[in-house]
Amino acid sequence: MSSINRKWIFLLVCLSLLILLPPVSQTLDESYLISSMTRVLIFAMAAISLDLIVGYGGMVSFGHAAFVGLGAYTAAILSFHINDGSPLFTMPFAYDGTNQLWAVLLVAIGVAALVATLTGMISLRTHRIHFIMITLAFAQMLYYLFISLDYYGGEDGLPMMGRNQIPLIDSGDDTSFYYFCLLVLILFIILARRLVGSHFGRVLQGCKYNEKRMQTLGFNTYRYRLTAYVIAAMGAAVAGVLLANKTEYVDPGLFSWHLSGELLVMVILGGMGSIYGAVIGAIVYLLLEQIFSAYTEHWMILLGPVLILVVIYARHGIYGYLQKLNQNA
Amino acid sequence: MLLFFEQLLNGLQFGFMLFLLSAGLTLVFGVMNLINLAHGSFYMVGAYVAATVMLASGSFVLALLVALLVAAACGLLVEVIVLRHLYRRDHLDQVLATFGLILFFNEATRMIWGRQPLFMQLPEFLSSTVEVIPDVPYPLYRLVIIGVGLAVALGLYLLINHTRLGMRIRAGASDRSMIAALGVNIRWLYSLVFALGALLAGFAGVMAAPIFAVESGMGESILILTFVVIVIGGIGSIKGALLGALLVGLVDTLGRAFLPDLLQWLFTTSSANSIAASLASMSIYILMAAILAFKPRGLFPV
Repeated sequence: MSSINRKWIFLLVCLSLLILLPPVSQTLDESYLISSMTRVLIFAMAAISLDLIVGYGGMVSFGHAAFVGLGAYTAAILSFHINDGSPLFTMPFAYDGTNQLWAVLLVAIGVAALVATLTGMISLRTHRIHFIMITLAFAQMLYYLFISLDYYGGEDGLPMMGRNQIPLIDSGDDTSFYYFCLLVLILFIILARRLVGSHFGRVLQGCKYNEKRMQTLGFNTYRYRLTAYVIAAMGAAVAGVLLANKTEYVDPGLFSWHLSGELLVMVILGGMGSIYGAVIGAIVYLLLEQIFSAYTEHWMILLGPVLILVVIYARHGIYGYLQKLNQNA
Repeated sequence: MLLFFEQLLNGLQFGFMLFLLSAGLTLVFGVMNLINLAHGSFYMVGAYVAATVMLASGSFVLALLVALLVAAACGLLVEVIVLRHLYRRDHLDQVLATFGLILFFNEATRMIWGRQPLFMQLPEFLSSTVEVIPDVPYPLYRLVIIGVGLAVALGLYLLINHTRLGMRIRAGASDRSMIAALGVNIRWLYSLVFALGALLAGFAGVMAAPIFAVESGMGESILILTFVVIVIGGIGSIKGALLGALLVGLVDTLGRAFLPDLLQWLFTTSSANSIAASLASMSIYILMAAILAFKPRGLFPV
C-alpha cells in the first residue's frame, strides 16, 4: 500500500471517529464528552490559524490568543447589546448588536483584520525573538484594555444570554453545535491546505527559509507576511466567536499569554507546518490535560515533563513522527 | 513634589529588582542563545525557600544563603537534565520545553507548600525607615534592594569584562566551537553561566519575598516584565538590561502613581481611575512597542 493511501485512510478513520463521537458518548451516558470535544475542535481551529504563520511563515507569534479573545468578545458584546436593548453605537447610524452568527462572524473577522493590520505593520518590522516579544506586548495591551472595560464586566468577564442563532441548526443543542464546529473545522483544514499550496503559500514559505532571496526575486516579502498575519488573525477570531458560543461566557483571560503559550504548544506538539499537525496537537494536548486531571489534581506535574520529552525526542511533533513511520513502513 | 521623589525611589527599587532577573536571562540568551521561559521559576524557588527558612530559623542571612544555593542548584539540574539538549535547537523547541518546566515548577511548589500564599517577615535590622528626603521616612529595605542591584551590576561588569572567566564567557558567546577547540570545557562553562543566572533570579526572589506575596505562579507575571526589559535593552546586553530595567521600573511605578491624577483633568473620578489603571498596566508594553518600532533590535543591539 502506498504511503499516500495510508495517509488518507488515517484521516478518514479520524473523521469517522469524530462523526461517531456524539451517538457513542450518548449510549455510554458520558455526554460531557461532546462538550469537551467541541472545545477541542475550536482550539484546533485556533491552532491551525497559528500554524499558518508559525509553521509556514516562520513568524512565531506569542500573542495569538489576542485574536481569539477579540472574536469571543465581539460575540459577547454584540449579544449583550441585543439583550440589553441599549445601542452599541449611535453614530453614524444606530446599531443594536446582533444575535445572528453569520453577522457576528463578519464583524469579528473585520475587527481582527483591522487590529492585525495595525499591530502587524509594527510587529513585522522586527524578527525572531523580538517578534515573539512584540506580539506578546500587543496581546498584553488588549488584555489590560478589556480588564478596564467595566461596562462589559471588566475582570469578571461577560456572560452571554444563550448562543448565537445559526440558520437551520438548533445552536442551543450541544450535539448540533458539535457537528457545526466539526464542519467549520473541516472547512478550516481545506481552506488552509489550499492556501499553503497556492502561489501565495509558496512565497510565504520562501520567506520563512530565505527572505533575502525572495526579495531578490522581486517579491515584496513584507506584504506577503503581513497578509498571512492578518489571515491568521481572522481565523483565530472565528475560533474565538465559536468559543464564546460554546462556553456562553467570555473573560479577559482569553487574551492571556498563557493561552497564547498553549496554542503554540499545540502547534509544536502536533508538528508545525502541516495543518493536520495543529489539529492533532490540539486534540492530544487537551486530552492529556483531561486524562491527567482525572488522575490527580496536580496534573501539571505530569504534563510538564511530557512536553519536555516530546521536544527532546520527537523533533517534528506527533505528525512528523507519524509521517516517519509511514515512510519507513 | 515629595511624593514624586518617593515614587521615583520606588521605581528605582522595582527597576533594580527587575535587573537582577533580567541580567541572568539576557546572559543566558546572549551566551547560549537560549530562550528560557522558566527563568521566573528560579525566582519563585528563591522566594519560597527564603520564606520557609526564615520562618523556621528566624535568620535572614541564613534564609538568603540557603535560597541562593537552592536556586543555583535548581538551575544547574535543569541545565544538565533538560536544556543542555536544546542549545542547537530552534527557539520554538526551547519555548515549548521551558513552558513544560514552568508547569512542572508551579505544580511542584503547589504540592510542597500548598495553595495559600506565604508571607515573609523582614528581619528587625532591615525593617526601620530612613529619611533620605527630609521628613519622608522611607523603608530601609527598599534602599537595600537598590544598593544590592547596584552592587550586582558592578560585580557583573567586573566579572564579564575583567576576569579570565568573563573572557571565556564572551568568547563562548561569539564562537562556541572555536573556544571548545582551544581546550575550554564549554559544557561546564554553559552550566556555570546558567547556574549564575538562576542564582541571580533566586536573589531577586529573596528580595521580593518580603514585599510581594509568595505564591505559585509568581514567576510568570514578573517574567513577562523581564522579557520586556531585555527586549527593550537589546538581548544579550547587560548594559541594556540595566537601562531597560530602570526604564520599565520607573515607567510602571510612576504610571501607577500619577496617571489617575493626571486623567482626572479629562474624565470623571471613577472612569479616570479605571482608565488610568489599565493605561498604567499597558504603559510598559506601549513603551516596548514604541522602542521596537524605531529600533527593532532594542536600545543596545549586540
